[in-house]
Amino acid sequence: MPSDLARLGVAEAADRLAAGDCSAVELVEACIAAQEAARDLNAVVVDTAERARAAAVHADQRRQRNEARPLEGIPVAVKDIFCTEGVATTACSRILDGFVPEYESTVSARLWDAGAILVGKTNMDEFAMGSSNETSRCGPVRNPWSPVNGPSLVPGGSSGGSAAVVAASTVPAALGTDTGGSIRQPASFCGVVGLKPTYGRCSRWGIIAFASSLDQAGPLTRSVADAALILEHIAGFDPRDSTSADLAVPDLHTALQADVKGLRVGIPSEYRLDSLPGSISDLWEQGIAWFRDAGAELRDVSLPHTRYALPAYYIVAPAEASANLARYDGVRFGARSMGADPDELYTRTRRDGFGEEVRRRIMIGGYVLSEGYYDAYYLRAQQVRTRIAEDFRQAFQDVDVLLTPTTPSPAFPEGAKTDDPLAMYVNDIFTVPASLAGLPAISVPAGLDEDGLPLGLQLVGRAFDEVTLLQAATILEDAAGTFRPPAAAA
Amino acid sequence: MALTDDDVRRVAELVRIRLDETEVKPLGEELSRIFSWIEALREVDVAGVAPMTSVVEMQLREREDAVTDGNCPDRILSNAPMAEDGHFVVPRVIE
Repeated sequence: MPSDLARLGVAEAADRLAAGDCSAVELVEACIAAQEAARDLNAVVVDTAERARAAAVHADQRRQRNEARPLEGIPVAVKDIFCTEGVATTACSRILDGFVPEYESTVSARLWDAGAILVGKTNMDEFAMGSSNETSRCGPVRNPWSPVNGPSLVPGGSSGGSAAVVAASTVPAALGTDTGGSIRQPASFCGVVGLKPTYGRCSRWGIIAFASSLDQAGPLTRSVADAALILEHIAGFDPRDSTSADLAVPDLHTALQADVKGLRVGIPSEYRLDSLPGSISDLWEQGIAWFRDAGAELRDVSLPHTRYALPAYYIVAPAEASANLARYDGVRFGARSMGADPDELYTRTRRDGFGEEVRRRIMIGGYVLSEGYYDAYYLRAQQVRTRIAEDFRQAFQDVDVLLTPTTPSPAFPEGAKTDDPLAMYVNDIFTVPASLAGLPAISVPAGLDEDGLPLGLQLVGRAFDEVTLLQAATILEDAAGTFRPPAAAA
Repeated sequence: MALTDDDVRRVAELVRIRLDETEVKPLGEELSRIFSWIEALREVDVAGVAPMTSVVEMQLREREDAVTDGNCPDRILSNAPMAEDGHFVVPRVIE
């Protein structure tokens, strides 16, 4: 049954292919058909079916010649922020209309070198700036968990399309990027696993830049093991990214089987917000109990500067964005609005090409970097960032991982927060601190709220200790089970 | 922290985004709300704290100062909105 094939995970699909139980052509056709059936989600913005079919034929030929690579024939969807050679890439912004990269991002190139097949570029908030996928110029994405005849719920953002296709089981895995929570928050909203690796673990080369000191690529999958498997193939040193870490990538997949007795799990008291819904604090307590039952040692820890993380983020990220997005000038690539002189060309192009939220963040960034304000805002924010990183360093002297909720709410209806930027920014309250400190973090689906919507729990690990992070995530997954949206569960 | 209309116009000019005069006031109010929220950072004692310049502990690498890429004008111009004779085309700069 083709639709069953699309529901396989990465490891399961790889096993079936290796055993000859199905072909790459059948698997890719199943995913294309499933994507077609899930069109109303608006999760895919660039259809790559023809290219995928050709790649599948090639994959089956390689397998016949006994030249199959580790991910040979595995379909993967990729967020539209990764430059894909010869395939339109716009970061869901009008200003990149018509842009077809002449090169492939390092991370996606590694996937294809391992045999994986691109099956669609996924919808996202414009330039990854948003937490609901509603700033996309391609329109919002419907969360597969939305009630059948009810209002559309957002999938989270900015990797909303990637989370939605994985949740809807139209592909085994998707790539996203995370700057302040853009993999973990949509993973939580859609009931899938979302992993943000340590800053420097995956190359940023060829990923359209938002905030260079925060951006990291990572997988969204339906299991922790699959996230480990994908990370293993996208991570690693790249001389073309100046902050890429020159470290060996551990064998993450086998490391998951190790014994974790005595794992020390920290519970940061500053994350216990009064405003937290009961369903989320109950789930957090449940998560603590699961770890205790698994033989872990629970410890209370303090991260005193937690409440300053979001304001610091909203200086650092827009500042870097305003510099990165200065390149969109209507001259070298993308859309152009003509002007009588270069200045008019720039200001019109940028006015017409950027959406409202992107313009807002460029304005914030331009202001905090401008003469007379740099010390008061940008410099201070980077000092606060040092404080936040110190908090984590201190905590990790006593514990191996931290356990927190991923988001302060479940998925909300479309349009609920679009009029209030601050209400939208607060979505990332639990994910931003680890981003500022560059630490690896993962969201694991842990339960459903009273309305049947998925909720994730977040684990944060030490820098470059994805092994322990993923081992802890497995404990959570084993205890919680997995969750499928009702429509896809049938 | 309140941004004046002139602040808004100045920043829009710096970041090269055209702004209609009717947008100045609402945008200023919205940005002011965001900056009031950011003001919380003033409570943090940052005396003697080094600003973060490297996210994870690493030494920036050096490489040999040699050309490793280039000589591909066609690829570079392939996405230009307007190109001619191996050049980007822009509006007249000098009268």
